Formats: sequence, structure tokens, C-alpha cells
Amino acid sequence: MKICELKLVIHSPLPTPHSPPPLPTLMSRLLAIAIWLTAIVTAGLFAWSKWRLPESVAAHSAMIDHQFKITLAVIGVGFLLAHAALGYVVWRYRAKDGERASPSQGNARVEFILAGCVAVVFIALAITGQRVWARLRLNQAPPGAVQIEAVAQQFVWNFRYPGPDGKFGRTDPRLYRDADNSIGARPGPLGLDPNDPLGKDDIVTPTLVAPANRPISLSLLSKDVIHDFYVPALRMKQDAVPGMKINIHFTATREGRYEIACAELCGQFHHQMRAYLDVKSPRDYEEWLKKNGKQ
Amino acid sequence: MFSRRTIAAFLFTVTVALGVSCGKQETATPAGPVWKPSGNEGNVTGVISFTGAVPAPSKLDMSNDSKCEGENFLDDVVVKDGKLQNVFVYVKSGLPQAAFETPTNDVTLDQKGCKYVPRVLGIQTGQPLRIVNSDTTNHNIHPVPKVNREWNESQLAGQGPIIRKFSKPEVMIPVKCNQHSWMMAHIAVLSHPFFAVSDASGAFTIKGLPPGEYEIEAWHERYGAKTAKIKVAEKTDAKADFTFDGSVAYQPGSLKAQPAMMIP
Amino acid sequence: MSEEIQALPQIKKPATFIGKYVFSRDHKIIGLQYFFLALAAALAGTLMSLLIRLRLAWPQERWPLLEMIFPNGFSDGLMKPEFYLAMVTMHGTMMVFMVLSVAPQSAFGNYFLPIQIGAREMVFPRLNMLSFWLTFASFVVLIAALFVAGGAPIGGWTFYPPLSAIASAGPGQGAGADLWLVSIGVFCLAAFLGSINFIVTTLTRRTKGMSLMRMPLTCWGWFTTACISLLAFPVLLVAGLLLFLDRNFGMSFFKPAGLVVTGQVIEGGGGSPLLWQHLFWFFGHPEVYLVIIPVMGVISHVMATFARKPVFGHRAMVTAMLAIGALGFLIWGHHMFVSGMNPRLGLAFSVLTLVIGVPSAVKTFNWLGTLWGARIRFTTPMLFAIGFVSLFVSGGVTGLVLGQMALDMVFHDTYFVTGHFHMVMGVAAVFGIFAATYYWFPKMFGRMMNETMGKLHFWLTFAGVYAIFVPFHLLGIAGHPRRYADTLWFDFLKPLEPLHIFITIAAFVTAAAQLIFAGNFLLSLRKGARAGDNPWEATTLEWTVATPPPMENFAGRLPVVHRGPYEYSTPGAAKDYSMQTESLD
Repeated sequence: MKICELKLVIHSPLPTPHSPPPLPTLMSRLLAIAIWLTAIVTAGLFAWSKWRLPESVAAHSAMIDHQFKITLAVIGVGFLLAHAALGYVVWRYRAKDGERASPSQGNARVEFILAGCVAVVFIALAITGQRVWARLRLNQAPPGAVQIEAVAQQFVWNFRYPGPDGKFGRTDPRLYRDADNSIGARPGPLGLDPNDPLGKDDIVTPTLVAPANRPISLSLLSKDVIHDFYVPALRMKQDAVPGMKINIHFTATREGRYEIACAELCGQFHHQMRAYLDVKSPRDYEEWLKKNGKQ
Repeated sequence: MFSRRTIAAFLFTVTVALGVSCGKQETATPAGPVWKPSGNEGNVTGVISFTGAVPAPSKLDMSNDSKCEGENFLDDVVVKDGKLQNVFVYVKSGLPQAAFETPTNDVTLDQKGCKYVPRVLGIQTGQPLRIVNSDTTNHNIHPVPKVNREWNESQLAGQGPIIRKFSKPEVMIPVKCNQHSWMMAHIAVLSHPFFAVSDASGAFTIKGLPPGEYEIEAWHERYGAKTAKIKVAEKTDAKADFTFDGSVAYQPGSLKAQPAMMIP
Repeated sequence: MSEEIQALPQIKKPATFIGKYVFSRDHKIIGLQYFFLALAAALAGTLMSLLIRLRLAWPQERWPLLEMIFPNGFSDGLMKPEFYLAMVTMHGTMMVFMVLSVAPQSAFGNYFLPIQIGAREMVFPRLNMLSFWLTFASFVVLIAALFVAGGAPIGGWTFYPPLSAIASAGPGQGAGADLWLVSIGVFCLAAFLGSINFIVTTLTRRTKGMSLMRMPLTCWGWFTTACISLLAFPVLLVAGLLLFLDRNFGMSFFKPAGLVVTGQVIEGGGGSPLLWQHLFWFFGHPEVYLVIIPVMGVISHVMATFARKPVFGHRAMVTAMLAIGALGFLIWGHHMFVSGMNPRLGLAFSVLTLVIGVPSAVKTFNWLGTLWGARIRFTTPMLFAIGFVSLFVSGGVTGLVLGQMALDMVFHDTYFVTGHFHMVMGVAAVFGIFAATYYWFPKMFGRMMNETMGKLHFWLTFAGVYAIFVPFHLLGIAGHPRRYADTLWFDFLKPLEPLHIFITIAAFVTAAAQLIFAGNFLLSLRKGARAGDNPWEATTLEWTVATPPPMENFAGRLPVVHRGPYEYSTPGAAKDYSMQTESLD
């Protein structure tokens, strides 16, 4: 015990009086400028960068973009205010010889007012955001919407149309036959029961062909793992979960060919799980149906 | 000091962990003495015929990968002049209890035009399978065996061959590419060298079979398997022809055989 | 003064090296063991992130040298996508569990909680030792997953079934995924046991005068986090167990009927993939707060010390911490807005998610309030603390975008999310860990860390993390999904490649800057200036004991506390700080 104490005495130096780190002014100026600069550059990149939301062809996208702009403005203000204040206190309140900090322990009133303001803004954002969501997802597809089924598997999308009878035929997982994905193949990749009369006129294709300016009602299914139907040009994303049938609906307003991606990790080629959304004019769409539905 | 119970808990954990990681090891067991040809062997030859309507070749849709060049037609049933190609014929039983030497030459499975070449192939246990990607796109090779260890490996464009081996006999192992769902090959793994695949004229030859009685099986991916008994006499060729009927299409797990499964 | 001396039973001191440093029951040694474990895991996790970055920036480049190190991950020098995904999974797991859950709570908490509340030991020292060694075992098993056939799992750290429930669903989903589950199960158990120790110690071993409101905010952080751990980790443990049964014993908790993987019908049925997501995120969202709350405590603590000011609104800080901890259990559903969960369910989760921003904002005000009127000493730990506030704000505000369902539908599983949580949970917490390390290094090792190297480290890291993670958000806005091995396949991703290259360069520079920290750490261990007992002129109990603290911390006499934790710049006092043990007169 004594030896221990002796050691301590030898080793520990005299308690040195605290010497504040050197160059407090330089540090405070540098840090304040760094904070302000970071905030301005970051906000600038969000506001004016060339990396923007992808071009959208969905009828609902204006609503979403509007909500995004409002949210960006709100958080931008909060972000800039917080950084302005942080830079300010760092600039202003550096250590000075012989001066003491204010002993303030806080100010409950200021705190309550600020917390109240924040709560109001945040809850207002939540509520306006919910209205957008409600208009997108808390309603049924309008009557007369085009019924399509999207079936995901590692790492392919297939789409099924009910044909002229408007009804989907029965499928069976034990009949899946990926080897033949040609249009009209039975049972084909979706395992169409060849004995079900409702399925005779179904069309199965790896490309999602859709008419422009008509509501599309899409049912999402998966054969193996969770996938996510993601079309950047539609501002739309929804998981396709095995064992579940999930309905979404949208309207594409412009003809063209757009990429469909998978946005839920589904395996080694997750990054290559691509299909195309082919938006055709109503007339071309009808023609396409006729051409492929005959078989 | 530290409690023994703690150490026991720690060791238990490590053991469980190692058990999990090592539990899936497998070893090939050779049976009997090494087989040597005696000079009395004969060959088995035959032709696979096809009756009934030949299914029309359906054109596969490769539109989701523009790097899959050319056109691709479903080629599981290839019939020319009434003869059926890509039938796998092998000796199913009757061989002497012996270990057959493992060939060192490799068997090649190519991926060309987003299609496996060949579609059906046989290989011996322990024989190297050389997988080549001749395409400019990325593939993955995913055999789904029931007996052998399953594996799944991607082969990117510009990547050299992958060498793999199968350690246990298994007929057949389906091979798929998940990226190009239509791609399909079948690999048969056997512990002996007595197998063949029918060629474009439907003909096959199993070479160097020792005298004896055998059961031979012919397998086609769509029409299932057929067996025949043959007898090989000393230094004599035996004949075994098979006929597949296209009107009774074989469907794995047809609706009649199995209760339908509903997806809620 | 005589009542201050309490007779204490002697604790039997370990005699052997193993008893002292390996299977030690001393909370300080265990704290250090956790600390070094976290450092090792951070090193591994960082290296994995660099491999990820290489693939993203130059997907078609060949790396023959790396192939020599990872023969199964590369072929002809090309990195395979499955190896990329294995690295993504392991990076996430390593960082979230082994670094962020360990360093702020288990490492610094173990070391300083008993000292700061004036206790000689944890209540259950053996249990504490068990917690550490279980965590260590879990780390070893996790690393082992890299070396089994098929490699490490590729399902991401969230491990969604059926991808993770079926061995044939991908390379690495066999033995690697089993090992992952074992590792995480053991980790959960360890964290659960550790949390019991923290809670009981805080509640029963506070010294005389140490009322709950006199506890430093660090202790409040550790206590709140322990309560969260107690409730959250068992849920993941059970979920992991169920998934393990699904995988290996023919159960079907998470597998629905009719699954067909690569043409093979999967037996079983009746399970729900969404069940896993609910269980996982019921743990997973509190996990985020379990990482950040102890860091918040550390930041307040460090900030008061170097601002030479009491923490602004001490009571509000405590309330906000508890509110965040409690609300954290009610918002897991915001990870599942597009999962197929009933879209109406999202309404409640969305509002609560934005509401949890309020206590977070209160904390930010209070940090600013603490600095208001301060006399800031710009030491390295203080720089990291200020950096933390900046990152916490930057990462936090984007949460308001993701918390709205309609916008989450656009940004879900894009780099916007990755950028958000890397900012607010990843590097913000790492800044807290750095602040704590620079701050307590003198107490733990008896020497000061080099200030010049520390400042250089701060500047490079601060600039680096912004350079890395702000572009993440831009990628996300442009629609780039996360966990994509390259940008070659999709036309809408091709223009984003330059950003990836920029991020990768920034990541390598930032990672290299961490070598300065490592060098500083090692150099200071041997050559640093000797630290006195209270080099920062701070007030809390850890600065009253010898440096480094002896066995049993207080050399046989428990301190008596007379003051609140942060009495700085008290008017009329002789010094600008009053230790908690100083009597009021």
C-alpha cells in the first residue's frame, strides 16, 4: 500500500493550473465561419443543385412536389437559424482572460415558447403531409380503372392483364414455369392454370404497358422475397410482399418508356431488377391489347 | 477470479457458433476398389424418337436486358426428323461396387445470348465444371440441388471462368439464372462415367460398359424419365432406343397430382 | 465531517493478471474492454465501408490486390455484387451493434456511471463481466460469418425475411445468416443483462447527497438508455430466435404459403413477413435513441465543462431525454409506411414521429442556450461537441421529410434515408464518442491527448462527413435507391456516377484522417503530458478521484455530494467552478 502511494506521488505531476487552449480567438472565428459556410453550402446544394427530383409523369406528382417544397422551406429555415445561432455563439462567446461566463441556469419561459412554436410547425407539417397521403392511398381506384397485376420475383417483374373478360384466371405456385416467358405461354412464369377458362385470355408480359391519362389500378404480388415497385417517374413506391396483395393506383399523363426499379433489397442482383413502364396513347394501348390477347 | 459458469456460457456460445458454421460440411465417400477396364467392355447406343405434335417454339421476351443479344426461343424440346435432342441417358443401376476414377478434364457450361450452352449436361462427382460467361451482361449461376450443397454465384461481364465441383451423385440439378428467368440448364452428377446426352439426330452412345445387366434411364426435362433393361455381353454393343410421346406433356406437380395452394 | 467517512467492507482484490484484466469484475476494466472492442469493430466497419465505396465509384475497375485478401469476394479483380451486399450488411451490423450500441453506453457508461454517482462498483459485477464476454463472443461470431461457405449474409442489417429466412434466396443466406442471427441473439442477451446492471446501480448506489436531479446528464443518458435497452433488446432476441427456428427447424413464423424461390417451392406457410418488420423496428427504432441519448448526455456534460456555464435548463434536458426515450417506442411504424402495412396506420405513426422532433429541438435550444453567454474553451472535445450539434441539426431536420408518408413514399429506401441516419445516428454519435474519448482520456489513462493532432482530426473529420453525407441526400432526391451495387444498369442512375466518385474520395480522405486519431491515441498513451486529477477544471465526481481511478474508485471513502452537477461561474465563488463535493459554505 505504501509503495503504491509512493508511486503515485512520484508519477503524478503537480496539479498544473489550467491553461486554456491557445489561440481562442482564431479558433472561435474559424469554427464560426466553418459552421456558417457549411450551412450555406448545404442549403445551396439543396436549393440549386443539378441533382433534383426526377421528371414526373404522374398526375399526383404536383401535390407531392408542393408538399416537398413546403417541407424543404420549413426545415431550411430551421437548419439555417440553428446554424446561424451556433456560429454566432461560437464567434461571440470565446474564453477571455479573467472573465466569467454568465451563471444563467436556463429560462423556462423562453423554452416553453420555443418548444410550443416548434410543436405547432411540426404538427402542421404532419397534418398537411397526411392530406397528401390520404388523397393518394386512402381511397379506391376510380371505377373504370385499368386492372393490372404486377408480380415480382428475383430479379424480374411480370405483369398480367385480365383480357377482354376483365377477370384474372387462377394461378398456382406449383405451376410457375419461368423457362417460358413468351406472351401466351401456359402456365408461364405466373403459373396460370390452363384449365381455368377465366385465365384463357390473360396476358402476361415483362413490360408494364399502360394507357396514358387513364387511372391504373395495380395489384402488387411477389413470388419469393419482398420487392418494391418503384418508378422514379411516377413518384411512387410500394413494397410487393409475398403472401399479400397490395393495391395502388396512379395515372400516367405522358407517353413514353420509363424505368421500373426495385427499391427493397431482394438479393444479389437487386440493382439490376429492371422492367419498363410503357405508357401508350389509348389507341395504341387498345391495339397492343388486341395484338397480344388473341392467343 | 472469474466464475466458471461465465466461462461455460462463453464456451457454449462459441461451440454453438462453430457448430452452426461447421455443421454443413460434407465429404464424399468413395465406395469399393478403384474400377479398371478389363478390355471386355461394350458400348450402348440408341436413338431417342419423338411422336406427337412438336410444340411450337415460343419466342422469349428478353426486353428487360438490352445486352441479351439476338433472339431467343424456348429450346427445351428440340426435335429434328422425329428425333429428340437433349435427352440425358445414363446407367441407373447394375454397376459393380467400385470407385470410378474422377476425370481431370473439365466440362464447360457456357452462357451465350442469355442462354445456357449446353442445356443438358452430365458430369462426374469431383469433376471440374467450368462455367463461362460469353455475354456482355451479368449472370448468376444458381443450381438448386436437393442432395448436393446449394450455391449461387454471380459472374459479371468480362469475368473469367468459374470452376466448381459437385461432391454427390444427383440426377438432375436444375440450374437457373435469376437475372434472366428464362435461362435453364440441367446438370446430372454421377459417380461413374456411363452417361450421354442425345445429339441433334437423337442418337447417343454410352461407352465402355463392362458386361452385365443394367437398368438405363432416359430423362427429358419436359417429358420425364423412362427406363429400360439391357444386357451388355463381352465386347458387344447393346442397343437401347427410347420414344417420348409429345401428347402427354409432363408437368411437374400437375394440378391433379397435388392439391392446389392458395395465396391469400 | 466524521459522518462522511463510511466504513466499507473490503472487496477481495484479484491476484492474477487474468482476474485483473481479462475476466475482470472491475467496472473500469470492463468499460475499457468495451471501449477497445468498439474501436476494433469501428476499424472493421470502416474498412467495409471503404470497400462499399470502391464498388460504387468504380464498379468495373479490377482490384487484384484486394482479391488476394478476399478471394471469395472478387473474381478476376471484379468485386461481386454479393460481396458488396455482404459488406453492406456487415458494415451496418458492425456499426449499429458493435460500435454505436457499445461505445457510448457500455464503454463510457460502465467506466463512469459508478464514479459519477459515487459508487464503488456496479451492483452486479459478475453479471457485468458476463455481459462483456457475451458481447465479445457475439463479435467473434459475427466476424466468423465472413469466412463460412457462401460468405456473410446479404440481406442488409434489417434482415427482412423471406430473403433472410430462406437459405437459397442468395449467397450468404446459408451458414452466414445463421451466424449473424446467433451473433445478434447473444448481443441482445448481453445488452439486456447490462441494462439491468445500469438501472439497479443508478437507483440504489447513489452516494449521500446525490439526488436524481444532482446526477450529471451523462448518468441520466445512461439510465434512460438502460431502460430502453431493457425493453427493446428482448424483442429483437425473440424475433431472432423465431427467425432461427424458421431457418433451421422447419417453423414458419415469417414465411407465407406458396413461396417459390428459384423455381423451388418452399415448405411452410402461414407466416407473415410484416411480423418481422414490426418486431424488428419495435427494437430498431428505440435502438436509434439508445445510441443517441447517452451521446446527448456526454455532449451536455462536455459542453458545460468548456462553456464554463451550467447546462441551460437542466430539468428540461432530463425531461426531453425521458420523453425521447418513451416516444421512441411509439414510432417504429415510420419505417414501414410503404411496407404493405395498412396505409391508415401510418397516420398515427407520422404524427408521433414529428412530435418526437419537439424534445429533440428542445435539446438543441438548450445546447445553444448553454453556449449563450459562455466563455468557451476551444479544446478538442469541445470542438467535437459543437460539431455534434451541427450534425444533429443537419441530420435531424431531414427526419421531417421522411416522417411524412407521402414524401417517404418518394424517398423511402433511397440515399436520402441513408444520408439522414448516417448524419444523425452515425456520425453525430461518432462525434459524441470522439468528444467523450478526448474528454475522459486523461482520467482513463492518466495522460492528456495531443491538442494539435486532436484539432487537425476534428477539422478533417468535420469537413469530411459533410462532404460525404450531404451528397447522399442529393443522390436520394434524384431517386437513387440504396443498397444498389452500381449505377450501370439504370438510365436514371447513370448521371449520378460523378457524385459517387466524389463521395468515395471524400470517404477515403476522412477515413485517412482517423489515422491521426489512432496515432494521437497511441502516442498519448505513452508520451502524453501527465494529467492531474482534474485537468479540465470540471465539477463532477470523476474529477475528484485519483487519475487513473484506483480499484473501488474512492479509496475507501465514499464522497458526499452537496451541489448540482454543473456549478460553473457561480458569482462570488473563488474559482469559476465548484465541485459537487464542495460543501456549500
